[in-house]
Amino acid sequence: MRFDDRVNPSGGCRMCLAIPGKIIELSPENVNSALVDVVGVRRHVDLGLLEDDPPKPGDWVLIHVGYAMSKISEKDAKEQMRTLEMLGECEGAMQEVRGYGLPDAETEPPA
Amino acid sequence: MKYVDEFREPELIKKTAEEIRRLADPNRHYRLMEVCGGHTHAIYRFGLKDILPANIELIHGPGCPVCVLPMGRIDDGLSIAKNPDVIFAAFGDMMRVPGADGSPLEHKARGMDVRIVYSPSDAIKLAKTNPKKHVMFFAIGFETTAPSTSLTLQRAQRESLRNFSVFCNHVTIIPAIRAILDSPDMRLDGFIGPGHVSTVIGCRPYEWIAQNENKPIVVSGFEPLDMLQSIVMLLRQLRAGEARVENQYTRVVPWEGNGAALRAMVDVFELRPYFEWRGLGFISQSALRLREQYAEWDAERKFDVPGIRVTDPKAAQCGEVLKGVLKPAQCKLFGKECTPEHPIGALMVSSEGSCAAYYNYEHRKAVLASSLSVVA
Repeated sequence: MRFDDRVNPSGGCRMCLAIPGKIIELSPENVNSALVDVVGVRRHVDLGLLEDDPPKPGDWVLIHVGYAMSKISEKDAKEQMRTLEMLGECEGAMQEVRGYGLPDAETEPPA
Repeated sequence: MKYVDEFREPELIKKTAEEIRRLADPNRHYRLMEVCGGHTHAIYRFGLKDILPANIELIHGPGCPVCVLPMGRIDDGLSIAKNPDVIFAAFGDMMRVPGADGSPLEHKARGMDVRIVYSPSDAIKLAKTNPKKHVMFFAIGFETTAPSTSLTLQRAQRESLRNFSVFCNHVTIIPAIRAILDSPDMRLDGFIGPGHVSTVIGCRPYEWIAQNENKPIVVSGFEPLDMLQSIVMLLRQLRAGEARVENQYTRVVPWEGNGAALRAMVDVFELRPYFEWRGLGFISQSALRLREQYAEWDAERKFDVPGIRVTDPKAAQCGEVLKGVLKPAQCKLFGKECTPEHPIGALMVSSEGSCAAYYNYEHRKAVLASSLSVVA
């Protein structure tokens, strides 16, 4: 993927995006990290903002810039995904999730 | 037919739209401000203005972090990254935002090491994989995003990461609302409160708007039904002569906010005495900077920052649009010199900016008009 293609394809704003994901497993080596599933894409997100009410595997969370920011119900998670779809933000959201953890291409020095 | 008939529960939308018509006094003109840029985007995307009666006017507020960032801050951040040992890391949203001497993307084309990160914690990862370089994360956003930067900085300190810093541009929403309410040419009847900012700060910080300014505010979700329901709640209060803070978005926003997020922000950040907002000017105590104990990770302390100031062209009437005095299309430059491809003013910069949203969706009006029969 070219650099240009990664910039904001949907025109959406990362700072306003909240992406629903399901907690798959908590990281054994880091209490504040969990593997989440967002429509089939699995990435690690940070749970530090939910330390007062930590989510368990199977719980749904809203993710913002790689950090789970609130626990939500499964029903609301599905509605949130639908809202993103209606807003034309789905592609941008999935691109963001795929980008968590820096794919190798992004850590290479620029050409 | 693309948008309106995709709405969830079209019957409920129709009922809510009818309720709005019933509640709105035909002899009164209502000016309601949606504070959040995400709401602005959704209002245009869904064509909500066309569902509302003509005497309910939605004013687009200051809640687009990219739009309100003064151009000089981008130039300041980029000037640090002119050092070949520095990597400029930022969210994709920032990449096309013009500085006086080009956007981060244009600087990358000229050889600057500019990287997109999707999470501030990935800027840490970038620092670890590039130990001989210094990674400067260009942080931006309201209270939704600032806690993530806080946790990232706490981690950098915990791990004694030396080749990482943050150039902090985080701003806070309440002083901006206050500045708008203090403006003499402003007249608003109520506010649609920001959804995701409120997951962090909760609903209490808005109480002064109700108590001191006598304006209702309803924290709202982003679906069409959420926003219509929030307008119903505002109209009910206005009709009863009340001014309260209400929470329509209870499925996500707790009244008290997110304690862990607030603690992290308080640990890492303090208020700046003042900060410049594009379109609004200098606002007291409206932005965050790193506390002394995080000085080692503060790009503004570590590097020489030129403190560049770039004034917007006089002809650009961003401030008036931001305060709702003018509609986007009433600005002299709108759609002519100033377009989303070549933004001159702040509000054309990001798709959440009211001018860009207006520009991008206005041409769909014909499509929306034909589909209105579904809900109206």
